[in-house]
This record gives sequence, structure tokens and C-alpha cells, in this order.
Amino acid sequence: MSSATATTVNAAPVERVPFDRALLLVIPATLFMLLLFIYPFIYGLVLSFEPPKGDALENYRKFFTTDNLWPTIWTTLKLALPATIINVGVALPIAYKMRVKSRWQRWITTLLVVPITLGTVLIAEGMLTYFGPRGWLAQFLQLLHVYDGPIRLTHNYWGVLISLVISGFPFAFLLILSYVTGIDPVLARAASTLGADPKAQFRHIYLPLLAPGLAMCFCLAFVQAFSVFPSAVLLGAPAGPTRVISIAAYEAAFEQYDYSLASAIAMIMGVVQLVIVAFVLSLRNWFYKGPVTGGKG
Amino acid sequence: MKHDFNELRLDRVTRRFAGHGGHAFNALNELTLTVRRGEFIALLGPSGCGKSTALNCIAGLLPLSGGTIRLDDQRIDTLPPERRGFGMVFQNYALFPHMSVVKNIAFGLRMRGIAQSAIAPRVAHALKLVQLTGQEHKLPGQLSGGQQQRVAIARAIVIEPPLILMDEPLSNLDAKLRLETRSEIRRIHRELGRATIYVTHDQDEALSLADRIVVMKDGVVQQIANPQEVYAQPANLHVARFMGYRNVLHLDVSEENGDRVKVEAPDIKLTGVRKLPLAGKRATVAIRPEEMTIATAPAAENVIAGRVDNVEYGGRDSLVDVVTRGGARLHVRAPVHVAMGADVHVHVPPERVLVYPYDGSDSPAGIP
Repeated sequence: MSSATATTVNAAPVERVPFDRALLLVIPATLFMLLLFIYPFIYGLVLSFEPPKGDALENYRKFFTTDNLWPTIWTTLKLALPATIINVGVALPIAYKMRVKSRWQRWITTLLVVPITLGTVLIAEGMLTYFGPRGWLAQFLQLLHVYDGPIRLTHNYWGVLISLVISGFPFAFLLILSYVTGIDPVLARAASTLGADPKAQFRHIYLPLLAPGLAMCFCLAFVQAFSVFPSAVLLGAPAGPTRVISIAAYEAAFEQYDYSLASAIAMIMGVVQLVIVAFVLSLRNWFYKGPVTGGKG
Repeated sequence: MKHDFNELRLDRVTRRFAGHGGHAFNALNELTLTVRRGEFIALLGPSGCGKSTALNCIAGLLPLSGGTIRLDDQRIDTLPPERRGFGMVFQNYALFPHMSVVKNIAFGLRMRGIAQSAIAPRVAHALKLVQLTGQEHKLPGQLSGGQQQRVAIARAIVIEPPLILMDEPLSNLDAKLRLETRSEIRRIHRELGRATIYVTHDQDEALSLADRIVVMKDGVVQQIANPQEVYAQPANLHVARFMGYRNVLHLDVSEENGDRVKVEAPDIKLTGVRKLPLAGKRATVAIRPEEMTIATAPAAENVIAGRVDNVEYGGRDSLVDVVTRGGARLHVRAPVHVAMGADVHVHVPPERVLVYPYDGSDSPAGIP
């Protein structure tokens, strides 16, 4: 190559990538995030280190030494983890069955998803009428003499758990259904020609390909269940077995007017959620995470 | 599951689908075919002709609406695919994306409960057969299309199936790779000697690979014969059109003398060979462009006069369009150079003029 050419190449002005004005479209969303999430979050974080009296860590010390505060972590976990496991565990087989288009698929899917349109308060009202001590279920069972003892499914642990399942299931189901139907069914057919019966097809093809999605679904369902508040008050025993962490934060903020302590409790709540989510997502690294098709389309 | 067989007999295999508006249509209509040990069968036809339906019925991926499939004396059409044990190569490969090359290939052996120590050498042998040694631990997503197709073939043959089914395995590859992989498939079939049923819409693939070709259209078998016969003696006009007989002329029958038939139009007089009993005074004639020659001086018989209307240069030869005085357009493959607008004579030997009953439906060749 001649030196002349090299010189011209070097002398050519550095071409700048023109500014893509479409990028301006992210500004509203960024402002929204900054004003309504980042700023309140930092404000709360700072507030939690500024108790009315005592040093910066006073609120955290108080939380972990007060007998009606620190156990709320376990109370909440005891509700949120089983509810999440039930939701994901029940949604998976149903979604797997619903992957094939059939006449019933649409109806069943619609029926299962309806509760997502109901608010937690509405569900709680309905459950009080249905599951209550003098509710329809109790009256029906006693009428048939199936079970004559008292039925306590509201104002305790079970009431909150049932409501978490009712409100959380459609979400888990929809999410898993979208993962399941995203897997190319030709893979299962290929497996069947290689000698895999339906059970082996699920175990060796669907389950490994679904695993990352299941982990993601578990995390989202868990975070939703962990922040339970209305149903814990309306259907649970908010003074005792279902005194969840959000109730503790609410009491601190709106009964004791200790915003600083309430912020600290909210921070602790966030950390617990993050720990569980990080743990579950780290399990994803054991699985294949790439595209779930079997080759060129 | 058997390791080999003498005969796979398909008897009036039918598959119905619910069509639009609720009325059912036969995607596959009474396919009767006997596949012998070691035979390479090509199911050939345009898309929607029922060839893939037939393959899926044999594999067990689609239940039959009628008919039976027997492997020697055993009825297999009621068995699920995993109990038939046929190896299948899918059009889009269908490799398991979360498994390495080795695990993909070993899958069928694992499902058969074969010991790990016995699996490794068989997988290694299959890898060598498809010439993929060295790629063992890659995921399918890291391979090229051609390599993925080789893995799919290895995965299907490693289980030593009595029958290998291939569903348009080359249609996703580029032209050069398609030729290479085609020879590979031929070589592997020779080495293993396993009966193979190969679905394709490409007549070149069918001609070069198959021992016998089953030509299909609209779910119905048109012809079952060896490649030479399908190529030179198409059973009907559909097959002829599909096998590249591009010149289709509708002419009047002037004389029938045994198989020899004289057909004519005001500007065309031809002697041809009757392939099917003719009905009426009209007939349809099919001629391959390769079998016509261009001469400037008139020869003895079977000569059509015309003027060169179009020349497409194609390297070894050119595709020349000759229009007769009456306006009929003939496609001729000519190794010689001809000038546009030149007056020429086109000659075709009588035995290469195939005369079929009149078919007024002037549909283009059934190529998708």
C-alpha cells in the first residue's frame, strides 16, 4: 500500500456517530424513575439512619432487639415462601397441560386468570363470606355432616395463605404458560422419536429449558407475596400469627408516627427480599439460559 | 423395537385434517407402499402434497385416520413414537438447545437405558461418521447450520434404527452446503445400509439419492418408480410437470398407431409416445427443454419452425425461448449460441414427446 493512501486515511476527519435523537424518548421514563423511585428510596434510606434519638444505627438495633419487630421477618417468610411454592408448583403442571391448543385451553386459561382482575380487598371480602365460621363452606359441610367441628379458615394464618394463593396464582400461571408455550414443541417430538416417553420428555427437555423461567417466576411471585398487607389485616390475625413486616412498618409510621423507624423496617424488608431473590437467581447459573428453539426456524 | 426388518408395509394410510369451515380434507389419501430392507425411498411433491404428513404418520407423530402400518408381521401404527424406534431428522434440526453435541447424540441411547460405558464409543463412532469430531462439547447454538444438521443426523443414526426418516433435511442449507450434505447422506446410507424415507420437494435430491421415488400431489400418490423411470417416463402430466417437462402443448390427435401418436396444430406437427389411453381428439404433450435441439435447416421429422424470442445465458448452455408462427412458446436448452430474432427449427426425437390425455387446466408446474 502506498504511503499516500495511508496519509489520506490518517488525515481523514474522525467521523462522529451522529446523536440519535430517538434516545431523547427515554427522558420521561428516566425522570419518572428518578422522582418516584430513586429519590424516595434514597430519602427513606437516609431517614432510616436519622432516628429521633440515639445514634445512626439506633433504628436497626431497635428492630432486632424488640420482641414484636424482629420476628415479623419469620412471620412474613412463613407466609410468603409456602404461598410462592404452592403457586409456582401448581401453576407449572397446569400450564404444561395447557401448552397444547385445544377447545378447553382458552376457557380454562380464562377461568384461572380471572382472580388477577380482583383486588386483594375484594378477595378478602369474598373469602370472609365463603370461608368464615358461618360462611357458605362451613354451612355446606355442616349441612352434609361431612365435618361438624368449627371451621377456622379466616382471621388466622390459613386465611392469609389462601388469599395469597388466590391472588398470586394467576400471575404465576400466566408467566409460566408463556415460558412453556415459548418452547418449540418439535423438541419434545424429536425426543419421542429417540425413545423418550412423555415423562422423560418433561424431565429432560421441558424442565431444564423452563428452569430459568421458573426461577424468575418464583422471584416475582415471592416479592409480591412478601409485601402482603391488606389480606394480612383483613383475613389474618394482625396482632399475632400474621403480624407481617409490612404491618410493623405501617404501625411505626402511622400509629407511632416514627417515620424513621418505619423507613428502617422498609429497608430491612427490601434486604430480605433481595437476599432470597439473589439466592434463587444464582441457582439459574446451573441451567442453560439461551434460546429455547431447536435450530433454524 | 427391532434392529432391522424385511418389509415396512403401508396399507391405504390415510390422514384427515379438519379444514376451514369444519369440513375435513384428506392430507394423505390411501398411501400404499412397501419399503424393503436397506431401501432409500424419496417422497417427492410440492408443498402441501401430503409427503410430510406421510412421514409423521410413519414416525408416530400423527395418528392415522385410516389404514395400517406393519413392520414385518407387527402392526405399529398404534404404537407411540417412542416405541417405534425410528430415527428422525427434522427440517429445523430440533436439536436440544441445552445439551452439548455429545449429549444430543447420546440422548436416544440414554433413553434406551444403555450403560454409560457403552454410550461413549457409539457416540464417538457416530461423530466420526458425520465428520464432526472435535465439536463434542459445543452447544447447538455455537454450530453452523450444516454442522447442526450433521448432529441431527448423528443423533438419529446412533440408535441404529431399523428405519431412518428425514423431513426435508437440506432445505435450510445454502446451495453449496446442500450438495455436500446430500453426498454425505448418500455415503452414510451406503455405509449403514438402513432403510431411509426421505421427504423433499426438490427433484434433484430425490433423483440423486433415492432407489425409488414416490411422487405425490394433493395427498394422492401419482407414481412410484425408480429415478430413471420417473425422470424419463412420468406416469401422468402432474409428474411430468414436476419433473421439469416445461413444454406443455395442447394439440389435436390426427393418428393413433399403437403407442405412436401423431398430434398437430396448424403450425406444429409431432409424432410422440402415448403414455396413457387418450380420450377424445385433444391431447396434451410434454417435452423437456433438454431434449430439444436447435437447427437452422429443417430436418426430416418432428421439427417445429419458430423465431428466437428470448435467450437466457446459463454457462454450459442457454435457455432459448422459441415462438412458433401460431404463438406457442417453446423452451429449449441449447448448447449453441443463437441470436435473438433468428429463424430456427426445433427438433425433438419422437420417443421424447410424451402424449397424455388432454388437460385443459393450464396450471403452471406444481412447484411452490
